[in-house]
Amino acid sequence: MTETAAARDPTLAAAVRRATRGQRLAAAGLVAPLVLLLVCSLCLPIASLLGRAFYDPTMADGLPRTAAALAVDTGATVPGDAAFAALGADLAADLKDDTVFRVAQYLNTILPGSRSHVLRAARGARADAPYTRESLLAADPFWGEPDTWFIIRSGVKPFTSTYLLAAIDLQWLPTGGIGPVPPGQGIYRLIFLRTFLIAAAVTAITLVLGFPLAWLLATLPGTVASRLIMLVLLPFWTSILVRTAAWTVLLQKFGLLNDLLLWLGVTSGRMEFMYNRTGLLIAMTHIQLPFTLLPIYSVMRTIDPSQMRAAYSLGARPVSAFLRVYLPQVMPGVMGGCLLTFILCLGYFITPALVGGTADQLISNFISDYINVDLNWPMAASLSFILLGATLTLSLLFARLVGGGRVRIF
Amino acid sequence: MLLSPYATLLDRVRVFALLAFCGVVLAFLVLPIFVPVPLSVNAEAFFTFPLAGFSWRWYDEVLNSTQWREAIWHSLVIAIGATLLSTTLGTLAAVGLNSPRLPARRAILAILMAPLVVPVVITAVGAYLFYARLGLASTFTGIILAHAGVGSPFVVVTVSASLTHFDDALFRAALICGARPLTAFRRVMLPLILPGVLSGAAFAFVGSFDELVISMFLASAQQRTLPMQMYVGLREHLSPAITAAATLMMSLSIVLLIVADRLRSRR
Repeated sequence: MTETAAARDPTLAAAVRRATRGQRLAAAGLVAPLVLLLVCSLCLPIASLLGRAFYDPTMADGLPRTAAALAVDTGATVPGDAAFAALGADLAADLKDDTVFRVAQYLNTILPGSRSHVLRAARGARADAPYTRESLLAADPFWGEPDTWFIIRSGVKPFTSTYLLAAIDLQWLPTGGIGPVPPGQGIYRLIFLRTFLIAAAVTAITLVLGFPLAWLLATLPGTVASRLIMLVLLPFWTSILVRTAAWTVLLQKFGLLNDLLLWLGVTSGRMEFMYNRTGLLIAMTHIQLPFTLLPIYSVMRTIDPSQMRAAYSLGARPVSAFLRVYLPQVMPGVMGGCLLTFILCLGYFITPALVGGTADQLISNFISDYINVDLNWPMAASLSFILLGATLTLSLLFARLVGGGRVRIF
Repeated sequence: MLLSPYATLLDRVRVFALLAFCGVVLAFLVLPIFVPVPLSVNAEAFFTFPLAGFSWRWYDEVLNSTQWREAIWHSLVIAIGATLLSTTLGTLAAVGLNSPRLPARRAILAILMAPLVVPVVITAVGAYLFYARLGLASTFTGIILAHAGVGSPFVVVTVSASLTHFDDALFRAALICGARPLTAFRRVMLPLILPGVLSGAAFAFVGSFDELVISMFLASAQQRTLPMQMYVGLREHLSPAITAAATLMMSLSIVLLIVADRLRSRR
């Protein structure tokens, strides 16, 4: 009552605000510690990771003289003598503190094979005779290529869109403008597509398996249903690693599943299930099934069974009663469960690493490899940027569909 | 319940087919989890049935090797730390969220629920790069902070659910009777929402105890956790000790599931 009266009367509104300030501060104070923890343990780390997608000081730090020389040399792609001398001096200096490896790594990721050119030039530098344009070109014609200088020119600017473009298989062309990367080098669209397709397949399979079971659980009398729900919750509570370990054991060539199939006569020889798409889909479906099922079940439980009986008694056939009375009401649960599974599948990492083959690695596995193996942080950051964008977009859709937080999955 | 008293033969066939289908799906869900159990007491180092004989040797290997014991100990320390932190902060936040006067509710909810939707690799990589600069990489503090953040939404959700059954008038009555807010919380509100707090804590504990990806990026050999030890085992040398460890971890999950279920039915 006071709220609506306050809305009409500005002085009253101010008075209400003053009177409730203590309550507002108390509520904010209670929430503040957790928000602070999440800002420190989640928001800032992610922001600093994503920042690396745009900001990469490797080349600017590694080649400071070249950067300065190129800043005044804005003519053709291949610059004048001063930039060559600066590059020679930079490479010689970098060899002393190992920065040269990072510069070589940078060039190599964009122009495969250039690592050896950089290292050879750096090692060939002599203190008594600094590199000139002529001596550098004589040592290695690589340094006269427009492509080389194009990459150096764009690299020495610390703010870059190179990596984000590379994450969707695009690049800046030496001729200006944006174009596709050379054939054979673009892999990321394929990996994103693979991640989305596997997520979609797992979502579809869990829906087909989970929908009838959810219906049965919602229809059975309470005591039986609550026992069976425990069976669904048990895998939900069991560690993903334990379940992946179980599948690793089951899916072996001489494992239990192959024994069972041979015994049943379904197959005549032993099948390969590990380290391929089939095994990955089986293991991911097993892990995600409760996530799809439980939101559907929680919506189904709220539907009064007498509605279906009313539809039958009004002459509806079972199929049309299901399609026109039941399904529209459970759709929020179905959409919620499917979106939840799809979102979670996009971030899968452990299961593909352990059960999938090399052709089944998802985007998270590539992000991890870029951090741990290739030490290419900007590329990992760019892939994360796109993955996070897709995930957050879908999550907003999820919140819109199920009204944020109203789905009870446990 | 499933069949009407006037069911035709076709109806009976349909219901039977549905029951059979659901039975297969339930078996698919549950049976694989128990596969490691018989193998963990197998006398031989094979993953095949029939078993060669009964033996505790793999449990002996897990419980008596320094590597596994240290891993279990690290996991317990991290999980208990993360559970205490996320349960305390999560309960406070849920009480704050329960107030209708909370400003910027949507933005706060978005931040609080973010750990559920952000792919865990992104959280892990971000924490790895960020904590390295703060000197928190390869420390228990860093891993506990990251795990507490990821586990907190479960606490917020379960405590919020029990707060919907809590009558705010009780809290105000305590204040009017002269209790300080902290006393009113401790003596009136907390006992009533305790099932929600504890089941949230159980979720946070299991989440941290099972967590692999964040630990993999943040931990060095000095903080190697049980899931990391299992991951290495699965990846490099598949030994039946894994099945013993898996059985132990699963037993813990079952115990916590039963505890959480009891708590939920009390709510």
